[in-house]
Amino acid sequence: MTDLLELGAVEARAALAARDVSAVELASAYIAAAEETASQNHYVAMTAERALEMAAQSDARLAKGEGGLIEGLPVGVKDLFCTAGYASTACSHILDGFTPTYESTVTANLWREGGVMIGKLNCDEFAMGSANETSHYGPVINPWRGKDGLDLVPGGSSGGSAAAVAARSALLATGTDTGGSIRQPAAFCGVVGLKPTYGRCSRYGIVAFASSLDQAGPFSRNVADNALMMQAMAGFDEKDSTSANVPLQDLTKAVGQGVKGMKIGIPSEYVMDGMDPDVVTLWQQGQDWLKAAGAELVEISLPHTKYALPAYYIIAPAEASSNLARYDGVRYGLRVEADTLDEMYAKTRAAGFGEEVQRRIMIGTYVLSAGYYDAYYLKAQRVRRLIRDDFDTVFRTVDAILTPATPTAAFAVGRKVDDPVTNFLNDVFTVPANLAGLPGMVVPAGLNGEGLPLGLQLLGRPFDEATLYAAGQVLEDSAGFTATPTGRAGGQS
Amino acid sequence: MSVDKTTVAKIARLARIHVPEERQESIAEELNGILSWVDELNEVNTDNVEPLANVTGHGLPMREDVVTDGNRIDEVLANVPETAGGFFVVPKVVE
Repeated sequence: MTDLLELGAVEARAALAARDVSAVELASAYIAAAEETASQNHYVAMTAERALEMAAQSDARLAKGEGGLIEGLPVGVKDLFCTAGYASTACSHILDGFTPTYESTVTANLWREGGVMIGKLNCDEFAMGSANETSHYGPVINPWRGKDGLDLVPGGSSGGSAAAVAARSALLATGTDTGGSIRQPAAFCGVVGLKPTYGRCSRYGIVAFASSLDQAGPFSRNVADNALMMQAMAGFDEKDSTSANVPLQDLTKAVGQGVKGMKIGIPSEYVMDGMDPDVVTLWQQGQDWLKAAGAELVEISLPHTKYALPAYYIIAPAEASSNLARYDGVRYGLRVEADTLDEMYAKTRAAGFGEEVQRRIMIGTYVLSAGYYDAYYLKAQRVRRLIRDDFDTVFRTVDAILTPATPTAAFAVGRKVDDPVTNFLNDVFTVPANLAGLPGMVVPAGLNGEGLPLGLQLLGRPFDEATLYAAGQVLEDSAGFTATPTGRAGGQS
Repeated sequence: MSVDKTTVAKIARLARIHVPEERQESIAEELNGILSWVDELNEVNTDNVEPLANVTGHGLPMREDVVTDGNRIDEVLANVPETAGGFFVVPKVVE
C-alpha cells in the first residue's frame, strides 16, 4: 500500500491509464492513510463510501480507455467548498449540520475530470487564521516535527489541505487563499500551493470570506502535479460575476519550459524584523538557481509593500462582516432561541462564531460604520490601488518575482500570542498578491536548521500562471527537495 | 480614534453579536491594538488616488433579464432550523 502512496499525481494518472493500478486500490490506500494519520486531524469528515463509488466509476471509464485529466486521483476538499449531500461547515459551529444541495463549481470541475473525493479537510474557521487553530474541530498537527519534538501548526487557513498532502492522506487537495491561506501552509508543510489570478477559479459554492480577495487553488507534492490539478479546476463560470473569461494556458506543457531569457524581479522590500536567517539564505539560493538556469535577475522596488498588511486587515474584515451577515439562525445552521428576532440573531452569532471570527466581524463593522468609512475603508482601498500600481510598474520589466514565502518555518501549536497583530505577520509576504489579484506559487525549496521545510514564492502577471509553473519547476529541480515528514502515512512515527 | 466600552457595545449591536459586558473592555483593547497598527496607512499620501474595490478589470457582465432558476422550495428550506408550511419561522416581530 505504501508504494501506491509514493506515486505523484502525474505518475498515478499514467499508472491508472496503463491499468497497473486501479482507482479503487488507490482510493483504498488513501483512505487507510487518512485513518493512519487521523491523530493529526487533517479531515473533519471522511467520505470513504463516496470515494470508493467514484473510484469504481473511474475504473469503468479507464477500462474503456477513457477518463478525465485527474481520473481516479484521490482529492481532499477544504471544508470551505460546498459539496452536495455532504456537510460543509467552513469549520464553524454556526454551520453545524449544513448540508448543501448544490456543488461548488471548482469541485464540480474536479469530479467532471475524474477526481475522487476522499473527505472534507480541516481549516481555520471561515478561513480566518494562519495556523489552523481557529477551527471549531480543533487544530491540525503538522506532519513535520522539529528537533524539540513539539507539535507544530500546519499554517492556515488551508492547514488540513497542506498537512494532508504532506502526510500522504490526500494525493491532491483544494485550498482557498484570501491573504496567503494556500501559500503559507504550503511553505509550512513542504508542499506546492498555487493561488491563481483573481477570477481564474470560480468562487461559486465556496463559503465567502472576503470576496474581492478569495481565490481557490490546488495543493500537490510537486509542480507538475499542481499544473495537472489546476488545469482541471480552473475555468470561466457565469455563476461567478467576477470569473474571468480568459482562456487558460496549457499549464502541464508550461512545466517543462524553463526560465532561459526570463527576467525575474527581486524586490528589496521583502525583508522584515524577526525573519529566520535560513529564509534569507534560501532566498539567495533561489536567485542563484534561477540565474544558473538562464534567467536574468533584476533588482526591483515595490515601495508600498509594508502597507499591504494593514490595508488587508481593513479590507478583509470589512468584506467579511458583510459576507457573514447571512448567518442569522434563520436559513441554515445553528440557532439559539430567544424571545425577539434581534436577540435570536445576537445569541446565535455569539454562540456560533469563534473568537477570531467575532473579532474580525467587529473590526469590519467598525471600519464600515458611519464616520469611519472614509478614514479606514476608503483609505485602505486607495492604498490597495498603489500596491497594485507597484506591481503593474515592475511587470513592465520583469516576467515574474521571487520572494520568500514566509518569514519563518512552522511554529508550535498553542504558541502564546498576546497581540493578534503578531499572528497577522505570517502573511506579510503573501498578502500583496491578493490585494493586487496576482497569481502566486509556493514551492518547497529547503529545510531550516531545525529540519523544517521552507518555501520560496513566485509572483506573476495576471493570468500568467504558465510562467509560474515554468519557473516553479526550475526551483523544484534545483532544490532537489526530497525530504518527507516523519508524520506521514507509512513513515516512522 | 480610540474604541471604548460604549463603542464596543455599539459595534456589537450593529454586528448582531451578543457581547457580555465583562468582555467589552478586553475587546476594546484588542480592537485598539489593531486600529493603532493600521493607522500606519496614514503615512501614505493618497491624494488623487481612486479607491480600488475590484481587480478584475472588467465590469459586471450583463445578461437577459429572464428567469434561469427557481421552484426549489424544498432545497431552499432543506437546512432551515425551523420551518412551517414552506416558510422560514422567526420569533414574533409584530405584536
